[in-house]
Amino acid sequence: MASLVVFTVLDVLPGNIAEVMLGESATPESVAMLSQRLGLDRPAPVRYLDWMRGLASGDLGISVAYDTPIASLLGERLAVTVPLALMAMLLTTALAFALGLWAASQHGRGGDTLVMAASQVGIAIPNFWFAILLSLVFAVKLGWFSATGFPGWTADDGGGPLAALRALVLPAVALAVVQASILARIVRSAVVDVMREDFVRTARAKGVSRRGVLWGHVMRNAMVPVLTVMGLQFANLLAGTVVIERVFALPGLGLLAFQAIANRDLVVVRDVVMLLAAAVVAINFVVDVLYVVIDPRLRARRS
Amino acid sequence: MSATARRRTSASFVVGTLLVAMLLAVVALSFVWTPYAAAELDIPNKLQLPSQAHWLGTDSLGRDIASLLIVGSRVSIAVGLIAVGIGIGFGVLLGLVAAVRRGWIEEVLMRFADFTFAFPALLSAIMLTAIYGPGLVTSIVAIGIFNVPVFIRLTRASALVVRSREFVTAARALGKSEWQITLEHVLPNILPILIVQATIQFALAILAEAALSYLGLGTQPPTPSWGRMLNDAQTQLFRAPQLALYPGAAIALTVLGLNLMGDGLRDFFDPRLADRR
Repeated sequence: MASLVVFTVLDVLPGNIAEVMLGESATPESVAMLSQRLGLDRPAPVRYLDWMRGLASGDLGISVAYDTPIASLLGERLAVTVPLALMAMLLTTALAFALGLWAASQHGRGGDTLVMAASQVGIAIPNFWFAILLSLVFAVKLGWFSATGFPGWTADDGGGPLAALRALVLPAVALAVVQASILARIVRSAVVDVMREDFVRTARAKGVSRRGVLWGHVMRNAMVPVLTVMGLQFANLLAGTVVIERVFALPGLGLLAFQAIANRDLVVVRDVVMLLAAAVVAINFVVDVLYVVIDPRLRARRS
Repeated sequence: MSATARRRTSASFVVGTLLVAMLLAVVALSFVWTPYAAAELDIPNKLQLPSQAHWLGTDSLGRDIASLLIVGSRVSIAVGLIAVGIGIGFGVLLGLVAAVRRGWIEEVLMRFADFTFAFPALLSAIMLTAIYGPGLVTSIVAIGIFNVPVFIRLTRASALVVRSREFVTAARALGKSEWQITLEHVLPNILPILIVQATIQFALAILAEAALSYLGLGTQPPTPSWGRMLNDAQTQLFRAPQLALYPGAAIALTVLGLNLMGDGLRDFFDPRLADRR
């Protein structure tokens, strides 16, 4: 379904994509040559099926601009973007739960107001601006991290696991702060809501400690709305990598998409967007599964 | 509403409204006066620190930062207005159709909305710029498209609630047509919710445009825009770090103002919600 939309928008709608890719100064001969190379002489449904087969088998053809197989190009870039997104999501979750739970415990008092105000500011800050400020302070002024580039995961590339992780710290923080601000608010209001339920009062009355109630009763019930937002956020994080990778010049999927647009390499744009869209769909699926794990009542309702 | 919640609400609403009013004042000002012509190059005086002559200093081409910021506000407002306009125009109409017609039309519309909703705005903007080339119009359309499903979902959900109310049944008994009921009873009742959502989407649209312009996919030179200014600033990060501060702060304050105002409006329209927060 998603693949059909992406294919339609990036392959069928533009008319002849060879023309788009070569720009206005193209000669008819060069357009004809590229058309043939991309197999544009075949009808759209055939090209679509061919592309789908390629996606399934990992053979996506050869990038016109990079002159390397697209699949290995994507693989290389994923090794940067996936760890970055995971790191950012981990940070987001840790920050949001810590702040959200603390604010909920302080409900209506000073600490609550403070967290709510801080998160409002966090939401308003553009993540790429925050990224620039981070690199200004921690890379330019303090020199703790490098402002741009990625050393690679192995020593052969001149890097190593530690150096690579270090290069991802600032980008991950930049991505996480905005998302954590949103999630902290959701965690807080979900927990505050559940705390008002009768079963919480009952549990407290029968002598369960505050901590016991929080982990045994409140969290499980508060997780359902929180999980929904987390799913959407992961999708936003992936999209956010496009901008953040550009700030830090990280050779990830986002930067590839950006460069492919600059090169008018529509085939690569299509594959990158498809990969990101597939990730979004996969995340939604995982969230759906987790709903049922967390809340067994949903399982009963469905069957 | 608890006392703390009410105090917090009114304070944030006042701050938000002030920030938005300030922004509108700056936009109005940009049409009648700026300290310097925003496009005026003055290479000998490039990268100056703030001074009497240039309140916020000059950029790498000697342009006056304050003037660029003032004129740049226009783009943000224009993008917000048009993109949210597209979202409301199509979204509310389709949402109402889904709520009135139900059946397979609703099913198709909602599946479409779910799908587009899950697709980040930035990605659809990138797809569009890949085909039609970067530019302000392309980015506005892309951000607008992202707004459509938001309003479809919201309109349908709230319209369904209103349509189950007794006064709608009464209107139906009086012989009013479905569309009359929708226009005279449903729409006025869901308007507050739509206004609140519009302010939030406005803020998101400004953020998205700034990101696209920063990437060079949105507003094109020589039109000044805050996102582009940040892009220029980043190339001068080692020589003139102060340049990175102003445009980002302008974006953040604008978005903060809109969000606070939206929160305040929501509490005003629906005090029960404020109590829960």
